[in-house]
Amino acid sequence: MQYLVSVIDDTTGPATPDEDAAIDVFNDRLKAEGHWVFAGGLGLPSAATVIDNRGEEAMFTDGPFLESKEYLAGFWIIEAPDLDVALTLAAEGSKACNRKIEVRPFN
Amino acid sequence: MSDVEEAITRVHREQWARVVASLTRRFGDLDIAEEAAAEAFATAIERWPADGVPANPGAWLTTTANHKAIDRIRRENKRDDKHKEAQLVYDDDPPEPLGAIDDERLRLIFICCHPALAMETRAALTLRMVGGLTMPEIAHAFLVQESAMGRRITRAKAKIKAARIPYRVPSAADLPARVSGVLAVLFLVFNEGYLATGPDTDPVRHDLTAEAIRLTRLIRALLPEDGEVAGLLALMLLIEARRTARVSASGELVPLAEQDRGAWDAALVAEGHRLVRERLAAAAAGVAPGRYQILAAINAVHTSARAVGDTDWSQVVALYDQLIRLDPSPIIALNRAIAVAELDGPDVALAAVDRLEDTLAGYHAYQVTRADLLRRLGRGQESRAAYDKAIELTGNTAEIAYLTRRRDELG
Repeated sequence: MQYLVSVIDDTTGPATPDEDAAIDVFNDRLKAEGHWVFAGGLGLPSAATVIDNRGEEAMFTDGPFLESKEYLAGFWIIEAPDLDVALTLAAEGSKACNRKIEVRPFN
Repeated sequence: MSDVEEAITRVHREQWARVVASLTRRFGDLDIAEEAAAEAFATAIERWPADGVPANPGAWLTTTANHKAIDRIRRENKRDDKHKEAQLVYDDDPPEPLGAIDDERLRLIFICCHPALAMETRAALTLRMVGGLTMPEIAHAFLVQESAMGRRITRAKAKIKAARIPYRVPSAADLPARVSGVLAVLFLVFNEGYLATGPDTDPVRHDLTAEAIRLTRLIRALLPEDGEVAGLLALMLLIEARRTARVSASGELVPLAEQDRGAWDAALVAEGHRLVRERLAAAAAGVAPGRYQILAAINAVHTSARAVGDTDWSQVVALYDQLIRLDPSPIIALNRAIAVAELDGPDVALAAVDRLEDTLAGYHAYQVTRADLLRRLGRGQESRAAYDKAIELTGNTAEIAYLTRRRDELG
């Protein structure tokens, strides 16, 4: 089963070198234990563009689809047998990147 | 009630959790397990009055529920990988030995009290799946509309399935935290019964306190070595023992100091004291007690005093000191101050209570305590103001009646 592990940021900004180092250690562990699927850090929401091509022509809108104080700063996709394992890993991920985290199952 | 009706009620109480647990294991789906168990009991209500109660009612119900579940799965054609064909064969073998099934009930409790679910949802789900309460009963317990409670439970079951919350006893490393989560759910249910809130609600909801005690006894039987389980059970028993003495004939709250101690339930007190003694022995052997064990010990000091004047207040204060080291919360500091008033006088207690104003001014027990201390110190006007605030903040009808009388007696 795969879970999306989202990193929620508010005003903290980009990761510090210490946080980056801790994330690397955590990523190595995910890979070693077979939980790793994919991960990535994202640019700031101000760099986002929303596209809507459901109508006659594609509409491009500057900015994120949802304006909020908290935003998605990055994510992991992990493989875990059940939510208990996913939550244990996510708790370590939160410690490593020093941010709040949301765990959500893939359908 | 006829003998058969009584038998069905008893079997429901004793077997519901077992039937739901064994079906959840077999079909890996709480929703199917719950519905099939409910249908099996409905069939029993239909058939037993004519056919008689079967020799092994639990086995009869499990078999009937299994058939209902398989019928539903076939109807919905849900033969995906999770429901192997072999599992869909009617299996009328006798149920597994008791030990394994008891373990299943523990899994059921842990899945209902999973930390990924909201606290109120955990309580509702536990009452439904483990306690066997109906949706209207649970909705009434939490004073919400039946439809809202139904949606909450449906959402919870959907999340358990979609997020794959596992059906198992947590690992040894997680167990203490998870047991403590289960106990918090049971204490929430108990407290809602003990201090029921709402203008149209009985001041003490015996159905909820009794259910919380029954479920805690079950966990005690499943986890006999856990000190906090014993502590919570003792705490509930010692509070429950005072239930009838706690509300007067006219529906007014009777505080501990004014209760008729002869009206306390001696059997419950004795059972609670036995558990507290068991935990004291463990503490003497070096096992540090948790918060429920200390709270139970405080209650045991009260229930050991034949008259309020015999209460060993220095022991109560010492136990609160121990509790504050574990949990330095303002509410515990408030309760400690109430005991300090008896030991060192209301002026000393009031000074301690006033230090809690910033955090507790909106908490009714804070205002009740202040009102009482000010009254004892002869500061009538301030006491009246505190009673007014307390009445405003209280949702319990018996407590409102008591506080109103106390305020009006100030003169």
